[in-house]
Amino acid sequence: MQLARVIGTVVATMKNESLEGRTLLLIQTLNKDLAPAGKPLVAVDSVGAGVGELVFWCRGKEASFPFKREDTPTDCTIIGIVDSDAHVNQRTSRTS
Amino acid sequence: MILAKVVGNIVATQKNQRYENARVMLCQQITPEGEELAYTVLALDAVDAGIGDTVLIVQEGWSASTVATGKAGAAIDSAIVGVVDYVDLLK
Repeated sequence: MQLARVIGTVVATMKNESLEGRTLLLIQTLNKDLAPAGKPLVAVDSVGAGVGELVFWCRGKEASFPFKREDTPTDCTIIGIVDSDAHVNQRTSRTS
Repeated sequence: MILAKVVGNIVATQKNQRYENARVMLCQQITPEGEELAYTVLALDAVDAGIGDTVLIVQEGWSASTVATGKAGAAIDSAIVGVVDYVDLLK
């Protein structure tokens, strides 16, 4: 799973029928300092995320597990909304 | 599995129901020498790891889901499965 910012929506009329009714969102993966890292991706939403929100997403085959139809063709699904930017906690190390 | 350092955790109220009671840790991949790499990943904690620990992260869904929630089939692709004491490298 990785942190990402929702930066837009994607509209596709012609799509696989098991994607019907699903929200497609454009996300930008972030690093631990919440700075962009890598290229934007298209994700299927499973939690009701909106543009501008900080989310985390799951990759691979497991990305289709939140949906009843496990054959939903996705390799990138938003599975959680981080409460706020301040809820990404980086405390000082206990070993150094 | 990858070597990583735990640098924090995140709080999310609205999340997939299989994540209830899970600790979602923010981890930074490191080299065997301990240098931080660019890849930041979230992993569910299965071994009570703490911030600052060097850990082993499995990135295969069946294993990650089983070890973190006790059951396969959750939308989990990464889990912390060990805390590293040290890495012995040939000089």
